[in-house]
Amino acid sequence: MIERTLLDVNALRQDFPALRRLVHGRPLVYLDNAATSQKPEAVLRALDEYYREHNANVHRGIHTLAEEATALYEGAREKVARFINAPGPAEVVFTKSSTEALNLVAYGWAYHNLREGDEVVVTVMEHHSNLVPWQLACRRTGARLRHLDIDDEGYLRLDQLDEVLSPRTRLVAVTHVSNVLGTINPVAEITRRARAAGALVVVDGSQAAPQMPVDVQALGCDFYALTGHKMLGPTGVGALWGRRALLEAMEPFLGGGEMIKNVRLEDAEWNEVPHKFEAGTPNIAQAIGLGAAVDYLQAVGMDNVRVHERELTAHALEALATVPGVTVYGPREVEHRGGAVTFSVEGIHPHDLATVLDQEFGVAIRAGHHCAQPLMNRLGVLATARASFYLYNLPEEADRLVEGIRQAQRLFGV
Amino acid sequence: MVRLDMYREYILDHYKQPHNFGTLDDPDISHEDVNHLCGDEIRIDVKLDAEGRVADVRFKGRGCAISQASASILTDTIKGMSLDEIKELSKDDVVEYLGIPLGPVRLKCALLSLQVLHAGVYAYAPPEGPGAAVSPRQGTADTRHPGKGPVQQKASE
Repeated sequence: MIERTLLDVNALRQDFPALRRLVHGRPLVYLDNAATSQKPEAVLRALDEYYREHNANVHRGIHTLAEEATALYEGAREKVARFINAPGPAEVVFTKSSTEALNLVAYGWAYHNLREGDEVVVTVMEHHSNLVPWQLACRRTGARLRHLDIDDEGYLRLDQLDEVLSPRTRLVAVTHVSNVLGTINPVAEITRRARAAGALVVVDGSQAAPQMPVDVQALGCDFYALTGHKMLGPTGVGALWGRRALLEAMEPFLGGGEMIKNVRLEDAEWNEVPHKFEAGTPNIAQAIGLGAAVDYLQAVGMDNVRVHERELTAHALEALATVPGVTVYGPREVEHRGGAVTFSVEGIHPHDLATVLDQEFGVAIRAGHHCAQPLMNRLGVLATARASFYLYNLPEEADRLVEGIRQAQRLFGV
Repeated sequence: MVRLDMYREYILDHYKQPHNFGTLDDPDISHEDVNHLCGDEIRIDVKLDAEGRVADVRFKGRGCAISQASASILTDTIKGMSLDEIKELSKDDVVEYLGIPLGPVRLKCALLSLQVLHAGVYAYAPPEGPGAAVSPRQGTADTRHPGKGPVQQKASE
């Protein structure tokens, strides 16, 4: 039995100006949240206020605005740390995205620690951002990339994990929630088994952080990456959480200002973490905006967001099941899946479907390979359609999607 | 309904019943490529006559209605054309013969078949002298960067 949602979605929608838009004369039905979320007024205001009132560079100036900007920027770091229950803000590195966060682990840790014959384990459901950095790291170091498969329902084959892990496994890279299948992976269990095998675990939280409570200490992983724009924040900011000892032992990624303590002509000493990894002027406004997004999400309550998404997903799965010719990918059990519903419609290419939905119904979905080509190959499809829900979506919007699919089927005569 | 200009009836007809669909046994030009963004796939085979004009053409592919209908219409269009005339075909010609409004993303779908054809045509070297065997040329050019070909799209991935 699903708990009833505690969200007043209609009231909450008022906070999102973009949701008032018309698209081709119809109210926007925004179901592309796994790609990026819309932004609430509070985030827009935080960005605006920073530039209007507090704009200054951080960590340098002695003047008032510089102190305000620094306090806001470091305040945002504390908010993000609390949001994922990190032991402290010093373990949270601001990056431009989760892609950059994952690459930071590749450049800062993997390039210096992997040896020829070592192994890195990824899963077939990874987004390219949690796959390609490890391919590059393996290519550079001579390490070997191994992968964990999924079963026919879209769950990771944990029964094969012990075969994939070996004494040479140094790193396991896994997504917390699949951006295609929606699968919520049992990261705590994977971490336990991977660490028992002596490997570090890096988790891509791009899809999880926006829609469910995340506790990096309970997960037990070593690194956790997230991106701001999928969780109501601005583009251009993400974060990497890492265990302090690991971050301290890691080499810097980019060199420049801010990341140094003492520079001579010949060499330099690195700054403390997290500043060691934040060379140059950071995306100050965006980080502050992410802080505002985190405040917004915490005021709503991440447990409430999760319950709401589960209800919407259940509703969408049920509605899609009534349409002949529709194949839905990923777990059937909503307890095990996030708010992304990927599907195909027999006889209609996802791009054509997306065009009909957009132009006739104002419904925005994603069509294509979702930056997960190995997974598309594993599913045996060229491309798929994906509807992804967030805290401001209504069950009626899922119905609108289904209505649009039926209309497209009439148009294409299938 | 059908307010949708993009899916006019003739486009859907070409999609459902594409013209010149299939492959040729002994093509002079054969080239294929994919649009990785969409997963659209197109292969085009061309057989030339003694004057070097298109005697026969087939295409094979999978993808959205726009990419497949565009390939169908393109293969109709080039019958009897010389390779130089094919090289002259441009994005504007595709837009004109499709006759539908296309945004920048769907334009890529529409142009895939011409890119594949151009890559094959530019890679084609005519047999030397009379009586020389005409061997199929498997195109190897990167159609996303066809070089001197008139149809060029910036990679957006």
